[in-house]
This record gives sequence, C-alpha cells and structure tokens, in this order.
Amino acid sequence: MSIIRRPMNRRSLLKAGAASSLVLATPTIISRSAWAETNFRNDPTNSKTVTFGFNVPQTGAYADEGADELRAYQLAVKHLNGEGDGGMLSTMKPLSLNGNGVLGKKVDYVTGDTQTKSDAARASAKRMIEKDGVVMWSGGSSSGVAIAQQSLAQEMGVVFMCGLTHSNDTTGKDKRRYGFRHFFNAYMSGAALGPVLEKEMGKDRRAYHLTADYTWGWTQEESIANTTEGLGWETVNKVRTPLGAGDFSQYIAPVLNSGADVLILNHYGKDMINSLTQAVQFGLRDKLVNGKNFEIIVPLYSRLMAQGAGENIKGIYGTTNWNWSLQDEGSKAFVKSFGQEYGFPPSQAAHTCYVQTLLYADACERAGTFNPAEVIKALEDHQFDGMGNGPTLYRGSDHQCFKDVLVVKGNENATSQFDLLEVVEVTPASQVTYDPEIFGGELGPYKV
Amino acid sequence: MDAIVLQILNGLDKGGAYALIALGLTLIFGTLGVVNFAHGALFMLGAFCAVAFNKLIGLEQVVVDPTKTTAWGTPLETRVPYIEVWLGDTGTTMLNYSVPLSIAFAIPVMLLVGYVMERGLIRHFYKRPHAEQILVTFGLAIVLQEIIKTYFGANPIPQSAPDMVRGAMDLGIWIGFDPGTVVYPQWRIVYLFFSLSVIGGVFAFLQFTTFGMVVRAGMADRETVGLLGINIERRFTLVFAVAAVVAGLAGVMYTPILPPDYHMGMDFLVLSFVVVVVGGMGSLPGAVSAGFLLGILQSFASMNEVKTILPGIDQIIIYLVAVIILLVRPRGLMGRKGVMET
Repeated sequence: MSIIRRPMNRRSLLKAGAASSLVLATPTIISRSAWAETNFRNDPTNSKTVTFGFNVPQTGAYADEGADELRAYQLAVKHLNGEGDGGMLSTMKPLSLNGNGVLGKKVDYVTGDTQTKSDAARASAKRMIEKDGVVMWSGGSSSGVAIAQQSLAQEMGVVFMCGLTHSNDTTGKDKRRYGFRHFFNAYMSGAALGPVLEKEMGKDRRAYHLTADYTWGWTQEESIANTTEGLGWETVNKVRTPLGAGDFSQYIAPVLNSGADVLILNHYGKDMINSLTQAVQFGLRDKLVNGKNFEIIVPLYSRLMAQGAGENIKGIYGTTNWNWSLQDEGSKAFVKSFGQEYGFPPSQAAHTCYVQTLLYADACERAGTFNPAEVIKALEDHQFDGMGNGPTLYRGSDHQCFKDVLVVKGNENATSQFDLLEVVEVTPASQVTYDPEIFGGELGPYKV
Repeated sequence: MDAIVLQILNGLDKGGAYALIALGLTLIFGTLGVVNFAHGALFMLGAFCAVAFNKLIGLEQVVVDPTKTTAWGTPLETRVPYIEVWLGDTGTTMLNYSVPLSIAFAIPVMLLVGYVMERGLIRHFYKRPHAEQILVTFGLAIVLQEIIKTYFGANPIPQSAPDMVRGAMDLGIWIGFDPGTVVYPQWRIVYLFFSLSVIGGVFAFLQFTTFGMVVRAGMADRETVGLLGINIERRFTLVFAVAAVVAGLAGVMYTPILPPDYHMGMDFLVLSFVVVVVGGMGSLPGAVSAGFLLGILQSFASMNEVKTILPGIDQIIIYLVAVIILLVRPRGLMGRKGVMET
C-alpha cells in the first residue's frame, strides 16, 4: 500500500468538481419525481407521452351530452399541451401547469363509450386501463355509471375523475379513494334551492314528487324533500316512475286533484324533458291551487335538457353546476375558448369535465409524479379558484368539491337558442357544505 | 271519480298510439306473414318527418351584426325564418301549424319508405322463418335509428302543437264535474280523435273498396286469391306502404306529446307487439281493441291507490295481462285459427 499522495492536477480537480455538481444538482435537474415511488400501474416514466382516457356516452340517450364532454376534454388536452389560447390555464389559481404537457410529457388521449350502462362503462374503462395504459380516466353522465367506475378505479389503482354525476351516493356511501367529483350533488341542490323557494313560493306549500326510480332519483328526492319540509312545506306524495317511461301522463294526472300546489320533478335527461313537457301540457302551470299559482320545480337542470324541453322551461326553478353566462374570468376564458373552437357555448357537463382534466394534471405537477397515491394526496383538500365556480375546496374526507351553486330559472325572454337559463341566485359554498359523516361510506386505501 | 275519468282519458289516448302502431303491425303480419320489428322505427321516422318539415319551413336567414359579438368573440348572428321574411303573418301561421301540416309531407315520404323497404328487403324474407324475419327487421330498425341520430342528434327535439290547441281544457264542466277537476291537454284530445279517424279510415278502406276486399281475401287465403289470377304480391306491397304511413302518421301527431328522439320507436315496439299478441295475431279489430284496453289498464295501474296495494304493478301490468291472455286464450282476444300455428 502506497502512502505517497499524488498531487492533484488540474484535470482531476475539474473531474471531481463536475461529479460533485452533478450529484448535488440531480434532484432539481431530473425532477422531484426522481425520489418518488415508481411502482404503479401504467407508469409513463419511460414514455414521451402520458395517456388520459375519456369515457363518455357516445351512444344512447345521453350521446349529445357525451359529445359535449368529449369536446371539452379535447380542448383541455390542447390547452395542457400548450395549444390554443390556454383557456382556464390563464385564470386557474394556484397553477403548477405551464402548457408543456404534464410533468414534461405531451398529453395523449383515448376515448370510450359508456353507453350510459354500468357494465359497458366498466368494460370500456378496463380496456383503456389495460390496453391503452391510461393513468387517469374521466367522463360520464349518470350516477349509476360513475359509481360503477369508481369501484373499478379502486380495484385497478387508476384515478377516475367523475364527469356529470349528481347522486349523494357518489361521494357518500359509495365514495372511493380513487374517485373524485367536481360536480355538485343532490344535497347541495336542495340546500341552494331552499332559500330561493321560500322567497319565491312561501312557507305554506304542498309538494308532490315524481322521481326516477334509481340511485340518483332517490337521493335527490330525499334531499329536496328534507329541504322543503324544513321550510314547512308538506309532502303530499312521492311517486317513483320507471326510468325512460316516455309518457308520464298517467303519473301526472293524479297530481291534478291531489291538493298539491308544487310538482317536483326528480328526473334528468329524456325523462325530465318528457315529464316537464307533459306536466305543462296538462295545464299545471296555469292552475290555481289552495289560492296559489301551481309551480313546477326541476332540481337539476342542464342546458341540453332545457333545449329538449323547449319553451316549457320558462319560469321553472332548478339548480345547475355552472352556466356559460357567468361573468367571472374563468368562465369567460372557457366560454371564449370553447365558443371559438366549436361555435357555441359549453354545457355544464363540458365545464365539469374540462375542469376535472386540468385539476388532475395540476395535481400531478404538484405531486411531481403520476403515482396515483401521491396525486390523490395532492388533490385532497386542495383549494383552487378561477375555474368558474369561485373559491373551491376538493374535500379530502369524501372527494367532493365544495363551491358556489347556481339557482336558475328557465329564461322567460331568451335572446338566443343557448340563452335558456337565467341565474337567479349564486348560493355560497358555505351554505351548501355539510358534514361528510351524514352520508357514510369509506374511501378505502391509497395503495391497492 | 274525477281521477278515474282522467285515467280513462289517458288510457284512451295512450291506447290510440298503441292501436295505430299495432294496426300497421298486424296488417303486415296478416297480409305478408312478416314479423316486422322495424315497425317502431317507422313510427319514429314519421315523428322525424314532422321534425324535418319544421326544419325545412323554418330555414333561417342569417344576418350578421358586426357591431355586436357573442360571448366567445364572434359577430352576433340574428336569425329570422325565410318563410316569415317572404310570407309575413302567413309564414308565422305555417310555422305555428307545422305539426299538422307535416302530415302532407309525411304521407308521401312514408309511402316511399314503405315501398322501398318492402321491395328492397322484406320481400326476400317472405318464405324465410320468422326468426330470420325478426333478425333482419330488427337490424333494419337499428340502422334507421342510427341514421336519424347522425342527422338529428340524440337529444329530443321539441315540437309544439298549434297555439290554438296547446293548453289544457276543462272537460269536467261538460260532463257534470266541478270546474277544474277534469282538465286534459287539448292536443291529446286531438290525438285521440285523429287516431280514431285513421283507424276508421283503414277499416273503411279494407271494408268498402275492391282493393280492400282483395286484401282481406288474401289475408284469409292467399293461395286461392293467387289462383284466381290476382297479383296479390303487388297489392301486399301497397299494404306494407299503407301500414308504414299509418305508423308514420301516428308518429307525426305524437311529437307535441313526446319530443321525438331516435330511440322512441323502440320504446313503442315491444308494447305494440304485446298489443298484437293480446289482440290476436292477424286480427285488425283485435289489435285496435287490445291497444285501447292495454292503454287504459296501464293508466289505471299507475294510480296511487292501486300502487299502494300492488307496488310496481304499473311497470308490469301489460306483460301480466299478456301472460294471462296467452294462458286463457292462446290465440289472443280475437285471434284467427291457423295464424302462427302449425
């Protein structure tokens, strides 16, 4: 063993310096994900792109709504990849995205057709996860379908960002760690509608419910009835109607002489269009009962449904998650992007899907990884603004977004075919927030 | 009592639609021996004749106002229907009456559709088993509804009844009830009378014309009519086209009641088949009576008083009646011997 120290020459000094700099700089040069766990499904680390899945109804009764969702997703991908005018990326706060994809990877996407059927949606999602390697999927227009996909998300360990789903169960008894909902729910509709109904219709009313016979209908009926009974209204009857009944006349006729002066239609989509159209044809809106004008309420509105119901929606109260007429900076930016791309304003379904995609991408940036366990943690209790609904919290305990809720009324003086809903009240988030314990459920583990 | 009257009216009205569809269905089965699962699609096509007619006469003149912009920054467009620009108040009236006026549009369209369907596809399946007829006509129904979806979208498209018959009328005061207790939509009453007229017209056509006599003879004994030197095939082609028109007209007039969408035919198809089976395969009076009977039963089964005793009965009543009828009278209420029997 030699004890003679060789003198350090200039070359050795430079080599040692370069090596030390490299070691010290590694975490910031490569990325924060350098230290993150990489053992997760569909890890895109070795790929130049990252793939999202958009599972929307492309056939069936909700195909038009699905088409609008898909337009929004395509726009979101464009904006994430730095194309177009950036949309809500210019208003979203806080923002970790910088328009070069997500974590430096260009965003790619695949689409699927839920057919608004739980089994078809699961099969399509499974194909996207196993064959196309998606790191996240999103979409849908039905609570039953959303709940079925959330369960799959938990089984497969891939995040599902719900599309349009309004049942309390989605983030209540059926909530899942891998499922997130930006859309509002039936409880929030009830809480937002209550004060407006009291102001417009008073405390002495008799309500008759017609309810679609499935999970969403049941939870909406319960939430709205709790609200109206809390106001002092009497519930005359709650009648369940089969999904897709078409002709509701046999259910509407008994309302006429039931003593009720309010009809609450817990229907969505085609059922809502048909039941509302037929209720108006039966002259309910022209009726005077108990000395009061008969009123109809549609707790969950959408612009596409309003288009289907035509002039029958005039003056009918309901709630909506978002409306294109909002004048905040986020909404204006999104409407401008969407309108310029497609020639008409986006629906609330398009809005929630667009926002969900950006929120997921932003969470990946903040987490510094696509690892779902870390992304979930980044989404939980995340507070953001500039997305069209005011300051919003993605509550960690049930994965439900809490934000302002819009109470709307069918526009009496529409200026265009899209100007169908008039915002009568923006109910603050604090008024629609509830204890997550009331709906029960277990989120499940982070790692599956 | 008022509730019972309302449900009878409802049932008659609903039954009118069932009867019209079932009438065409049983006419085709009785003459051609074809089980036509595309018949619901013909009802839907009729409804979309009303939509297409409304869109045609509602074609709009687009005027761009460069001084105003939309929320997304493009110049604002003001749209006025050409027909109003050209014809003034007459144009507005035509738009208001577009549903009844579209009958004139639907008749030739449905005649053509029926003729092409029969000559182009159905006639090749006359001698094939019923299962194959069902498969091919069901496939055709899916094709037709996908075509409609491609052009008109999946969302229901509302069609308004004319202003004059848009609201509800107080029928109660005419039949001795208190005012406001029996209130019924005017258009539904129009639909009931319309369906009765069409049914009456079809029966009169078959009963009082030579053509009808030959068709009835062909329904009873096709071979003998053929041996008499009558080209029964050609007549049956026309019968198919007439059945298509009947289903189409039922669809046209139903649009103000049910905003049409591409799937509405399927919703009515199964019910109409049950109506035909209950009425008796091949029996025209059977189909009509069963249509009204099942419509009324369905309405009564939806009454809260009935549902309290038998929950869910409203959803199964039609099938329950069909099962009972098939057990008690396997040929249906007015079924003829030898039809669908070997």
